[in-house]
Amino acid sequence: MATKHKILLVDDDPDLLDMYREILKQLPSAPDIQIATSGARAIALLESEPYRLLITDLKMPRMDGLQVLSIVRRKHPNLRTVVLTSVMDEQFRARVYAQGVDLFWQKPSTEREIDMFRDCIESLIERDDQAGFRGVQSKSLVDLIQIECLSQSSSVLRITNGPLVGKIWINHGELFDAEAGNLQGEEAFLHILSWKSGNFEVMPSEPRHARVIQKSYNALLLETVQAFDEAQAGASNPTAESGMRPASDPISQLSGLEFFVALEQGQTKPAEARNIENPERLAEWTRTTLKRFHELGDKLQLGQPDTVLGLGLQGHVGLTQQGKTEFCIGWRYSLDAAEVRKSTKKASALWAS
Amino acid sequence: MGFLSLFSSKPEPTMVHLPSGSFTVDRSGRILVSTLPSSFPETLVNEIATQVRTTFQEAKAAELSLGELVIHYPSLKIIARELRGGALIFLVPINLASTPGIHSRL
Repeated sequence: MATKHKILLVDDDPDLLDMYREILKQLPSAPDIQIATSGARAIALLESEPYRLLITDLKMPRMDGLQVLSIVRRKHPNLRTVVLTSVMDEQFRARVYAQGVDLFWQKPSTEREIDMFRDCIESLIERDDQAGFRGVQSKSLVDLIQIECLSQSSSVLRITNGPLVGKIWINHGELFDAEAGNLQGEEAFLHILSWKSGNFEVMPSEPRHARVIQKSYNALLLETVQAFDEAQAGASNPTAESGMRPASDPISQLSGLEFFVALEQGQTKPAEARNIENPERLAEWTRTTLKRFHELGDKLQLGQPDTVLGLGLQGHVGLTQQGKTEFCIGWRYSLDAAEVRKSTKKASALWAS
Repeated sequence: MGFLSLFSSKPEPTMVHLPSGSFTVDRSGRILVSTLPSSFPETLVNEIATQVRTTFQEAKAAELSLGELVIHYPSLKIIARELRGGALIFLVPINLASTPGIHSRL
Protein backbone atom coordinates (compact mmCIF):
# COMPACT_ATOMS: atom_id res chain seq x y z
CA MET A 1 0.00 0.00 0.00
CA ALA A 2 1.31 3.45 -0.93
CA THR A 3 2.16 5.62 2.08
CA LYS A 4 0.35 8.91 2.52
CA HIS A 5 2.47 11.99 1.88
CA LYS A 6 2.70 14.50 4.68
CA ILE A 7 2.31 18.23 4.14
CA LEU A 8 3.21 20.86 6.72
CA LEU A 9 1.32 24.16 6.45
CA VAL A 10 2.80 27.21 8.22
CA ASP A 11 0.95 30.50 8.72
CA ASP A 12 0.44 32.78 11.71
CA ASP A 13 -3.26 33.15 10.85
CA PRO A 14 -5.21 30.13 12.20
CA ASP A 15 -8.26 30.92 10.02
CA LEU A 16 -6.18 30.78 6.85
CA LEU A 17 -4.56 27.55 8.03
CA ASP A 18 -8.00 25.96 8.42
CA MET A 19 -9.02 27.16 4.97
CA TYR A 20 -5.88 25.80 3.26
CA ARG A 21 -6.20 22.54 5.12
CA GLU A 22 -9.70 22.11 3.74
CA ILE A 23 -8.45 22.92 0.21
CA LEU A 24 -5.59 20.45 0.41
CA LYS A 25 -7.74 17.72 1.89
CA GLN A 26 -9.42 17.49 -1.50
CA LEU A 27 -6.20 16.47 -3.28
CA PRO A 28 -6.51 13.12 -5.10
CA SER A 29 -3.53 11.70 -3.18
CA ALA A 30 -5.29 12.58 0.12
CA PRO A 31 -2.15 13.68 1.97
CA ASP A 32 -1.83 13.93 5.72
CA ILE A 33 -1.89 17.66 6.54
CA GLN A 34 -0.27 19.12 9.65
CA ILE A 35 -0.29 22.78 10.65
CA ALA A 36 2.02 25.13 12.54
CA THR A 37 1.26 28.71 13.54
CA SER A 38 4.89 29.78 13.82
CA GLY A 39 8.23 29.16 12.14
CA ALA A 40 9.72 27.74 15.33
CA ARG A 41 6.88 25.23 15.68
CA ALA A 42 7.31 24.22 12.03
CA ILE A 43 11.04 23.57 12.50
CA ALA A 44 10.27 21.44 15.58
CA LEU A 45 7.69 19.39 13.63
CA LEU A 46 10.09 18.87 10.73
CA GLU A 47 12.67 17.54 13.19
CA SER A 48 10.21 15.08 14.66
CA GLU A 49 8.98 13.31 11.50
CA PRO A 50 9.58 13.25 7.75
CA TYR A 51 7.43 15.46 5.51
CA ARG A 52 7.03 15.53 1.75
CA LEU A 53 6.15 19.20 1.42
CA LEU A 54 6.34 22.44 3.38
CA ILE A 55 3.97 25.28 2.52
CA THR A 56 4.85 28.48 4.34
CA ASP A 57 3.71 32.07 4.56
CA LEU A 58 6.39 34.79 4.36
CA LYS A 59 5.22 37.45 6.80
CA MET A 60 5.17 35.93 10.25
CA PRO A 61 6.20 37.42 13.62
CA ARG A 62 9.54 36.43 15.22
CA MET A 63 10.70 33.93 12.58
CA ASP A 64 9.60 34.92 9.07
CA GLY A 65 9.21 32.59 6.09
CA LEU A 66 12.65 33.41 4.67
CA GLN A 67 14.25 32.39 7.96
CA VAL A 68 12.24 29.16 8.00
CA LEU A 69 13.34 28.39 4.41
CA SER A 70 16.94 29.16 5.20
CA ILE A 71 16.93 26.60 8.05
CA VAL A 72 14.95 24.06 6.02
CA ARG A 73 17.37 24.25 3.07
CA ARG A 74 20.28 23.39 5.36
CA LYS A 75 18.61 20.73 7.51
CA HIS A 76 16.17 19.14 5.06
CA PRO A 77 17.58 19.71 1.56
CA ASN A 78 15.23 17.17 -0.05
CA LEU A 79 12.02 18.65 1.36
CA ARG A 80 9.86 20.26 -1.31
CA THR A 81 8.90 23.81 -0.45
CA VAL A 82 6.17 26.22 -1.47
CA VAL A 83 5.74 29.84 -0.43
CA LEU A 84 2.14 30.98 -0.20
CA THR A 85 1.97 34.67 0.46
CA SER A 86 0.23 37.96 -0.10
CA VAL A 87 3.62 39.71 -0.35
CA MET A 88 4.03 40.53 -4.03
CA ASP A 89 7.39 42.25 -3.75
CA GLU A 90 9.74 41.23 -6.59
CA GLN A 91 12.73 41.38 -4.27
CA PHE A 92 11.23 38.88 -1.85
CA ARG A 93 10.21 36.69 -4.78
CA ALA A 94 13.83 36.67 -5.98
CA ARG A 95 15.09 35.85 -2.49
CA VAL A 96 12.57 33.06 -2.11
CA TYR A 97 13.73 31.45 -5.36
CA ALA A 98 17.32 31.94 -4.28
CA GLN A 99 16.51 29.73 -1.28
CA GLY A 100 15.65 27.00 -3.78
CA VAL A 101 11.87 26.82 -3.28
CA ASP A 102 9.83 24.88 -5.81
CA LEU A 103 6.88 27.27 -6.07
CA PHE A 104 6.04 30.85 -5.14
CA TRP A 105 2.26 31.35 -4.97
CA GLN A 106 0.15 34.38 -4.30
CA LYS A 107 -2.57 33.41 -1.84
CA PRO A 108 -5.40 32.18 -4.07
CA SER A 109 -8.58 34.24 -3.96
CA THR A 110 -10.82 32.87 -6.72
CA GLU A 111 -12.18 29.38 -7.34
CA ARG A 112 -10.03 29.08 -10.45
CA GLU A 113 -6.86 30.06 -8.56
CA ILE A 114 -7.69 27.56 -5.85
CA ASP A 115 -8.06 24.81 -8.47
CA MET A 116 -4.73 25.73 -10.04
CA PHE A 117 -3.08 25.80 -6.65
CA ARG A 118 -4.44 22.35 -5.84
CA ASP A 119 -3.19 20.96 -9.19
CA CYS A 120 0.28 22.36 -8.67
CA ILE A 121 0.54 20.97 -5.16
CA GLU A 122 -0.66 17.55 -6.30
CA SER A 123 1.91 17.53 -9.12
CA LEU A 124 4.65 18.61 -6.73
CA ILE A 125 4.05 15.95 -4.10
CA GLU A 126 3.64 13.19 -6.68
CA ARG A 127 6.74 14.14 -8.68
CA ASP A 128 9.53 11.55 -8.71
CA ASP A 129 12.80 12.31 -6.99
CA GLN A 130 14.97 11.28 -9.93
CA ALA A 131 16.95 13.83 -11.87
CA GLY A 132 15.72 14.76 -15.28
CA PHE A 133 15.11 17.57 -17.67
CA ARG A 134 12.52 19.99 -16.34
CA GLY A 135 9.36 19.88 -18.38
CA VAL A 136 9.26 16.10 -18.79
CA GLN A 137 9.88 14.78 -15.35
CA SER A 138 12.26 11.84 -14.94
CA LYS A 139 12.86 11.58 -18.66
CA SER A 140 16.38 11.66 -20.00
CA LEU A 141 17.28 13.77 -22.99
CA VAL A 142 17.54 10.56 -25.04
CA ASP A 143 13.91 9.75 -24.11
CA LEU A 144 12.86 13.23 -25.05
CA ILE A 145 14.48 13.03 -28.50
CA GLN A 146 12.99 9.59 -29.08
CA ILE A 147 9.51 10.93 -28.24
CA GLU A 148 9.96 13.79 -30.72
CA CYS A 149 11.30 11.52 -33.48
CA LEU A 150 8.80 8.68 -32.98
CA SER A 151 5.90 11.10 -33.10
CA GLN A 152 7.27 12.48 -36.40
CA SER A 153 7.38 15.96 -34.85
CA SER A 154 9.02 19.02 -36.26
CA SER A 155 10.55 21.25 -33.63
CA VAL A 156 13.69 22.87 -32.31
CA LEU A 157 14.75 21.70 -28.86
CA ARG A 158 16.62 24.34 -26.93
CA ILE A 159 18.54 22.77 -24.06
CA THR A 160 20.33 24.70 -21.34
CA ASN A 161 22.76 23.36 -18.81
CA GLY A 162 23.80 26.31 -16.62
CA PRO A 163 25.50 28.74 -18.97
CA LEU A 164 25.75 26.14 -21.76
CA VAL A 165 23.13 26.28 -24.47
CA GLY A 166 22.46 23.71 -27.18
CA LYS A 167 19.90 23.36 -29.95
CA ILE A 168 18.67 20.29 -31.78
CA TRP A 169 16.66 20.63 -35.01
CA ILE A 170 14.10 17.89 -35.71
CA ASN A 171 12.04 17.88 -38.91
CA HIS A 172 9.32 15.28 -39.50
CA GLY A 173 10.88 12.96 -36.93
CA GLU A 174 14.40 13.18 -38.39
CA LEU A 175 17.42 14.79 -36.75
CA PHE A 176 18.54 17.62 -38.99
CA ASP A 177 21.17 19.47 -37.02
CA ALA A 178 22.56 20.30 -33.60
CA GLU A 179 24.54 23.21 -32.23
CA ALA A 180 26.41 23.68 -28.94
CA GLY A 181 28.94 26.50 -28.55
CA ASN A 182 31.34 26.19 -31.45
CA LEU A 183 30.28 22.63 -32.24
CA GLN A 184 27.87 21.74 -35.02
CA GLY A 185 26.13 18.64 -36.32
CA GLU A 186 26.90 15.19 -34.89
CA GLU A 187 29.69 16.50 -32.66
CA ALA A 188 27.33 19.01 -31.07
CA PHE A 189 24.63 16.35 -30.66
CA LEU A 190 27.06 14.06 -28.84
CA HIS A 191 28.17 16.93 -26.63
CA ILE A 192 24.60 17.92 -25.69
CA LEU A 193 23.72 14.33 -24.81
CA SER A 194 26.63 14.22 -22.38
CA TRP A 195 24.84 16.79 -20.16
CA LYS A 196 23.32 15.03 -17.19
CA SER A 197 20.58 17.54 -16.38
CA GLY A 198 19.22 20.88 -17.43
CA ASN A 199 16.19 22.65 -18.82
CA PHE A 200 14.67 22.34 -22.23
CA GLU A 201 12.07 24.15 -24.23
CA VAL A 202 10.39 23.06 -27.42
CA MET A 203 10.48 25.87 -29.94
CA PRO A 204 8.67 26.19 -33.28
CA SER A 205 10.16 24.18 -36.12
CA GLU A 206 12.47 25.73 -38.67
CA PRO A 207 11.64 23.74 -41.82
CA ARG A 208 14.16 25.69 -43.91
CA HIS A 209 17.09 24.83 -41.65
CA ALA A 210 19.67 22.91 -43.73
CA ARG A 211 20.16 19.24 -42.91
CA VAL A 212 23.64 18.67 -41.50
CA ILE A 213 23.12 15.31 -39.75
CA GLN A 214 22.52 12.60 -42.33
CA LYS A 215 22.32 9.59 -39.98
CA SER A 216 19.03 8.35 -38.57
CA TYR A 217 18.34 9.26 -34.94
CA ASN A 218 18.49 5.56 -33.98
CA ALA A 219 21.97 5.12 -35.44
CA LEU A 220 23.16 8.31 -33.82
CA LEU A 221 21.71 7.46 -30.39
CA LEU A 222 23.37 4.03 -30.60
CA GLU A 223 26.71 5.64 -31.42
CA THR A 224 26.26 8.05 -28.55
CA VAL A 225 25.61 5.25 -26.06
CA GLN A 226 28.70 3.39 -27.34
CA ALA A 227 30.79 6.55 -27.00
CA PHE A 228 29.63 6.97 -23.39
CA ASP A 229 30.46 3.34 -22.61
CA GLU A 230 33.95 3.77 -24.06
CA ALA A 231 34.44 6.99 -22.13
CA GLN A 232 33.43 5.28 -18.89
CA ALA A 233 35.74 2.34 -19.60
CA GLY A 234 38.57 4.79 -20.26
CA ALA A 235 37.97 6.63 -17.01
CA SER A 236 40.50 4.39 -15.26
CA ASN A 237 43.27 4.85 -17.83
CA PRO A 238 46.52 6.59 -16.83
CA THR A 239 45.60 9.91 -18.43
CA ALA A 240 42.41 10.13 -16.41
CA GLU A 241 44.21 9.18 -13.21
CA SER A 242 46.73 11.99 -13.62
CA GLY A 243 43.84 14.46 -13.64
CA MET A 244 44.83 15.77 -17.05
CA ARG A 245 42.44 16.24 -19.91
CA PRO A 246 43.40 16.27 -23.57
CA ALA A 247 44.51 19.67 -24.84
CA SER A 248 41.57 19.73 -27.24
CA ASP A 249 39.00 19.79 -24.41
CA PRO A 250 36.73 22.85 -24.38
CA ILE A 251 37.93 24.22 -21.00
CA SER A 252 41.49 24.73 -22.33
CA GLN A 253 40.05 26.61 -25.27
CA LEU A 254 38.29 29.23 -23.14
CA SER A 255 39.69 32.64 -23.84
CA GLY A 256 41.88 34.09 -21.08
CA LEU A 257 42.16 30.93 -18.97
CA GLU A 258 45.30 30.92 -16.86
CA PHE A 259 44.82 28.05 -14.42
CA PHE A 260 42.10 25.68 -13.27
CA VAL A 261 41.61 23.95 -9.91
CA ALA A 262 38.70 21.62 -9.09
CA LEU A 263 38.18 20.44 -5.51
CA GLU A 264 35.94 17.68 -4.28
CA GLN A 265 34.32 18.38 -0.90
CA GLY A 266 35.98 16.42 1.91
CA GLN A 267 39.15 15.74 -0.13
CA THR A 268 42.37 17.54 0.76
CA LYS A 269 44.02 17.07 -2.65
CA PRO A 270 42.49 18.87 -5.65
CA ALA A 271 40.64 16.57 -8.07
CA GLU A 272 42.25 18.44 -10.94
CA ALA A 273 44.83 21.21 -11.16
CA ARG A 274 46.08 22.62 -14.44
CA ASN A 275 48.81 25.14 -15.16
CA ILE A 276 49.48 25.71 -11.46
CA GLU A 277 52.18 24.41 -9.15
CA ASN A 278 51.46 23.74 -5.48
CA PRO A 279 47.73 24.44 -5.69
CA GLU A 280 47.10 23.45 -2.04
CA ARG A 281 47.29 27.00 -0.65
CA LEU A 282 44.91 28.30 -3.26
CA ALA A 283 42.63 25.31 -2.70
CA GLU A 284 42.46 26.12 1.02
CA TRP A 285 41.61 29.76 0.32
CA THR A 286 38.93 28.68 -2.16
CA ARG A 287 37.32 26.34 0.37
CA THR A 288 37.26 28.85 3.22
CA THR A 289 36.10 31.72 0.99
CA LEU A 290 33.20 29.77 -0.53
CA LYS A 291 32.20 28.47 2.92
CA ARG A 292 32.37 32.00 4.36
CA PHE A 293 30.10 33.50 1.70
CA HIS A 294 27.70 30.55 1.87
CA GLU A 295 27.31 31.25 5.59
CA LEU A 296 26.90 34.97 4.93
CA GLY A 297 24.21 34.12 2.37
CA ASP A 298 22.36 32.16 5.05
CA LYS A 299 22.57 35.02 7.54
CA LEU A 300 21.31 37.56 5.00
CA GLN A 301 18.67 35.08 3.69
CA LEU A 302 20.06 35.35 0.20
CA GLY A 303 20.67 31.71 -0.64
CA GLN A 304 24.04 30.60 -1.98
CA PRO A 305 26.38 32.79 -4.03
CA ASP A 306 26.70 31.65 -7.63
CA THR A 307 30.18 33.16 -8.03
CA VAL A 308 32.80 34.93 -5.95
CA LEU A 309 35.23 36.92 -8.08
CA GLY A 310 38.61 38.22 -7.00
CA LEU A 311 39.97 40.92 -9.31
CA GLY A 312 43.59 42.05 -9.29
CA LEU A 313 46.14 43.89 -11.41
CA GLN A 314 48.07 40.70 -12.18
CA GLY A 315 45.07 38.49 -12.89
CA HIS A 316 41.61 37.50 -11.73
CA VAL A 317 40.14 34.44 -10.03
CA GLY A 318 36.60 33.11 -10.18
CA LEU A 319 35.25 30.79 -7.49
CA THR A 320 32.10 28.76 -7.91
CA GLN A 321 30.50 25.45 -6.96
CA GLN A 322 28.76 22.73 -8.98
CA GLY A 323 27.20 20.09 -6.74
CA LYS A 324 29.98 18.86 -4.44
CA THR A 325 32.79 20.25 -6.55
CA GLU A 326 34.34 23.64 -5.87
CA PHE A 327 36.32 25.52 -8.48
CA CYS A 328 39.00 28.18 -8.46
CA ILE A 329 39.74 29.37 -11.97
CA GLY A 330 42.39 31.92 -12.88
CA TRP A 331 41.83 34.42 -15.71
CA ARG A 332 43.99 36.95 -17.51
CA TYR A 333 43.81 40.53 -16.14
CA SER A 334 42.56 41.79 -19.52
CA LEU A 335 39.12 40.21 -18.89
CA ASP A 336 36.53 42.40 -17.18
CA ALA A 337 34.40 41.26 -14.20
CA ALA A 338 31.43 40.22 -16.35
CA GLU A 339 33.67 38.10 -18.59
CA VAL A 340 35.37 36.51 -15.58
CA ARG A 341 31.99 35.57 -14.13
CA LYS A 342 30.62 34.19 -17.37
CA SER A 343 33.78 32.22 -18.17
CA THR A 344 34.01 30.84 -14.61
CA LYS A 345 30.46 29.52 -14.80
CA LYS A 346 31.08 28.10 -18.26
CA ALA A 347 34.33 26.35 -17.29
CA SER A 348 32.77 24.77 -14.18
CA ALA A 349 29.70 23.61 -16.15
CA LEU A 350 31.95 22.10 -18.83
CA TRP A 351 33.98 20.26 -16.18
CA ALA A 352 30.82 18.97 -14.46
CA SER A 353 29.46 17.75 -17.81
CA MET B 1 -13.27 50.62 23.61
CA GLY B 2 -13.35 50.47 19.84
CA PHE B 3 -11.05 53.48 19.77
CA LEU B 4 -8.62 51.88 22.23
CA SER B 5 -8.44 48.73 20.18
CA LEU B 6 -6.80 50.82 17.44
CA PHE B 7 -3.75 51.12 19.69
CA SER B 8 -3.72 47.59 21.05
CA SER B 9 -3.86 45.87 17.66
CA LYS B 10 -1.10 43.38 16.88
CA PRO B 11 1.81 44.99 14.96
CA GLU B 12 2.16 43.79 11.37
CA PRO B 13 5.18 41.50 11.02
CA THR B 14 7.87 43.01 8.79
CA MET B 15 10.71 41.56 6.77
CA VAL B 16 14.05 43.21 6.10
CA HIS B 17 14.41 44.61 2.60
CA LEU B 18 17.80 44.19 0.96
CA PRO B 19 19.61 47.50 1.25
CA SER B 20 21.09 49.54 -1.55
CA GLY B 21 24.08 51.69 -0.67
CA SER B 22 27.68 51.61 0.40
CA PHE B 23 29.82 51.78 3.50
CA THR B 24 33.48 52.08 4.41
CA VAL B 25 35.22 49.97 7.01
CA ASP B 26 38.74 50.66 8.30
CA ARG B 27 41.49 48.12 8.99
CA SER B 28 40.29 47.61 12.58
CA GLY B 29 36.75 46.79 11.46
CA ARG B 30 35.18 50.15 12.38
CA ILE B 31 32.40 51.39 10.09
CA LEU B 32 33.43 54.93 9.10
CA VAL B 33 30.82 56.12 6.62
CA SER B 34 27.59 54.51 5.46
CA THR B 35 24.80 55.35 3.04
CA LEU B 36 22.80 52.24 3.94
CA PRO B 37 19.26 52.74 5.28
CA SER B 38 19.08 52.74 9.07
CA SER B 39 16.47 49.94 8.88
CA PHE B 40 19.20 47.51 7.81
CA PRO B 41 20.58 45.91 11.00
CA GLU B 42 24.02 47.09 12.07
CA THR B 43 25.00 43.54 13.04
CA LEU B 44 24.58 42.47 9.42
CA VAL B 45 26.65 45.42 8.18
CA ASN B 46 29.44 44.39 10.57
CA GLU B 47 29.12 40.77 9.48
CA ILE B 48 29.58 41.69 5.80
CA ALA B 49 32.54 43.92 6.66
CA THR B 50 34.22 41.17 8.70
CA GLN B 51 33.84 38.52 5.99
CA VAL B 52 35.11 40.83 3.27
CA ARG B 53 38.15 41.99 5.27
CA THR B 54 39.04 38.44 6.25
CA THR B 55 38.81 37.29 2.63
CA PHE B 56 41.19 40.04 1.50
CA GLN B 57 43.63 39.18 4.32
CA GLU B 58 43.56 35.45 3.55
CA ALA B 59 43.99 36.11 -0.18
CA LYS B 60 47.15 38.03 0.61
CA ALA B 61 48.40 35.13 2.74
CA ALA B 62 47.71 32.80 -0.21
CA GLU B 63 49.81 35.16 -2.39
CA LEU B 64 46.82 36.38 -4.34
CA SER B 65 46.98 40.09 -4.93
CA LEU B 66 43.34 41.19 -5.07
CA GLY B 67 42.04 44.73 -5.21
CA GLU B 68 38.35 43.92 -5.59
CA LEU B 69 35.90 41.21 -4.62
CA VAL B 70 32.53 40.71 -6.30
CA ILE B 71 30.12 38.29 -4.66
CA HIS B 72 27.06 37.43 -6.74
CA TYR B 73 24.02 36.20 -4.81
CA PRO B 74 20.83 35.61 -6.77
CA SER B 75 19.25 38.76 -5.35
CA LEU B 76 22.20 40.85 -4.15
CA LYS B 77 25.63 41.77 -5.47
CA ILE B 78 28.37 42.75 -3.01
CA ILE B 79 31.29 44.69 -4.47
CA ALA B 80 34.22 45.34 -2.16
CA ARG B 81 37.33 47.40 -2.92
CA GLU B 82 40.38 46.95 -0.75
CA LEU B 83 41.45 50.13 1.12
CA ARG B 84 44.74 49.62 2.97
CA GLY B 85 43.44 46.84 5.18
CA GLY B 86 39.91 48.21 5.22
CA ALA B 87 37.32 48.17 2.43
CA LEU B 88 34.77 50.24 0.55
CA ILE B 89 31.72 47.99 0.16
CA PHE B 90 28.75 48.46 -2.18
CA LEU B 91 25.50 46.51 -1.80
CA VAL B 92 23.42 46.30 -4.98
CA PRO B 93 20.06 44.47 -4.88
CA ILE B 94 19.34 42.66 -8.12
CA ASN B 95 15.94 43.25 -9.63
CA LEU B 96 14.20 39.99 -10.47
CA ALA B 97 12.68 41.54 -13.57
CA SER B 98 16.15 42.08 -15.00
CA THR B 99 17.30 38.55 -14.17
CA PRO B 100 16.20 36.29 -17.02
CA GLY B 101 15.99 32.63 -16.20
CA ILE B 102 14.72 32.82 -12.65
CA HIS B 103 11.12 32.34 -13.80
CA SER B 104 12.06 29.12 -15.58
CA ARG B 105 12.32 27.43 -12.18
CA LEU B 106 8.54 27.27 -12.10
